Amino acid sequence: MSSLISVNHLSRHYGDFCAVNDISFELAVGDILGFLGPNGAGKSSTMQMLSGNLAPTLGEISINGIDLLEQPKQAKASLGYLPETPPLYKEMTVTEYLDFCGRLHRINRQQRHNICDSAIEHCGLGHVQHRLIQNLSKGYQQRVGIAQAILHSPPVIILDEPTVGLDPIQILEIRALIKTLGENHGIILCTHILPEVQAVCNRVQIIDKGSLVYSADMDDMLNRQATCYEIVLSPTIKQVDISGDDIFKSVTTMSDNRFLIESDLPAEEIIEHTVRQKWGLTHFSSHHTSLEQIFIDLTLTDDKAS
Amino acid sequence: MIMLIAKREFRSMFLSPMAWVILAIIQVILAWSFFSSIDVFFNIQAELTTLKNAPGVTDLVISPLFEVASIVLLMVTPLLSMRLLSEEKRNRTISLLLSAPVSITEIVLGKYLGLLFFITTLLALISLMPLSLSMGTELDFYKLSAGLTGLFLILAAFSAAGLYMSSLTDNPVIAAISTFGLLLLLWMINISNASTAEGSHILNYLSLNMHFSMLLRGVLDTRDIIYFLLFISGFIVLTIRQLETQRLQS
Repeated sequence: MSSLISVNHLSRHYGDFCAVNDISFELAVGDILGFLGPNGAGKSSTMQMLSGNLAPTLGEISINGIDLLEQPKQAKASLGYLPETPPLYKEMTVTEYLDFCGRLHRINRQQRHNICDSAIEHCGLGHVQHRLIQNLSKGYQQRVGIAQAILHSPPVIILDEPTVGLDPIQILEIRALIKTLGENHGIILCTHILPEVQAVCNRVQIIDKGSLVYSADMDDMLNRQATCYEIVLSPTIKQVDISGDDIFKSVTTMSDNRFLIESDLPAEEIIEHTVRQKWGLTHFSSHHTSLEQIFIDLTLTDDKAS
Repeated sequence: MIMLIAKREFRSMFLSPMAWVILAIIQVILAWSFFSSIDVFFNIQAELTTLKNAPGVTDLVISPLFEVASIVLLMVTPLLSMRLLSEEKRNRTISLLLSAPVSITEIVLGKYLGLLFFITTLLALISLMPLSLSMGTELDFYKLSAGLTGLFLILAAFSAAGLYMSSLTDNPVIAAISTFGLLLLLWMINISNASTAEGSHILNYLSLNMHFSMLLRGVLDTRDIIYFLLFISGFIVLTIRQLETQRLQS
């Protein structure tokens, strides 16, 4: 199956400043891609380029197999985009606004009515649908923004920080909605909230200083977590003493007597083994190479280097 | 798509008090001017009957009304056009249009057409005043329609310039001030030079006022109409190019 989005060597310069540097990635149906990065890393610039708001300096973008730069109109037809600031006409009511968005996507009257209703229902806007957008709270405005992006059921949905300003219950609802949508759409989720990516996404990419520094499937990441353990042994044990042991695939010293080990064996057997070896085991825990850890490692080391 | 954007623009103007206030104030000012010209006309009516080929009510009441209207609208159009694109940029709503399957040309034309709808409403209200005279006297409808055409063209020209200025900035006030400055300059560009001076015909040609006053006199000259059409399409093309460039550079 061809991918929904394919990005090839995308770059964007603002004068001498390079905001996005040679990024390539793909998005397939069923993917929920978490796009992470510190402030000013080029996340929003990338999203703006994908949505046609910003022209790339170099590179190619194709959406649903159609080149965004050559045939922008056709390509944008399969795109739903929620920018950082939701693009709301505040003098309109929610239903008027969604109807206008439906018309922008050339959806006929009968269908428009149905999709507006379902978007309103999905985003929990039922009891505010006849109110002016400017009188809604920030959370509701954000929901209207989400409703607008998913309205025409586009194959590709790009959400730039969709859960900002929402209350905890609403956040859970929107995450559930994103998961359901992800089953037959391709979604790019741009966010600062790392647990959100872990909760929702099945792929993750980290961008730093304009370059893609990390890209992995969520499952791979979780699997790796399962095989890594942190152990604390008696102070007399050094790395050389245990690294020769063939049940460990690798051993890393974290501090004096704290080691990070990798092994395919189940945790129980590793514990039995270490106890039998009389290494003075005092602590055993599975090691969390959490997304947070990866994020900090990648973005901080870069800072030191530069 | 153009019509969709135009209709939304037109509707949103009436959703803010601005449009209503502007319509009301223009109507009051023009009614006052209309009333005083009628007063003048009554006073000199007796003398006019003695003249051969005397100017009629259309020349003495309606043309001055349209002239005043053009000056008032020179000041008001910048206020109407300032929000067109600058507010979209300021509120980031422009990204809704840019990420929808709509081209930049359609966005710009839609915005412009929306403003023209408003201008047409305004003109319809203004033309009610001279038309009310037709209950009591005979009007020169040809001259009236030439004058209305002239007023429409000059307002369309003001709007096009305003649209362009609005695309340059994301601050509506700056858009309004610069539009007003540009229009005033073009209005009075030929003010200083005597008609004999070298190159004066160029300045005369550039002046908005010159072309408008010909139409007011009832002379429907294709040169004037082409001037306005060139003026309008020039600014629309500039606006489209400006938005394209911003997408590249912003």
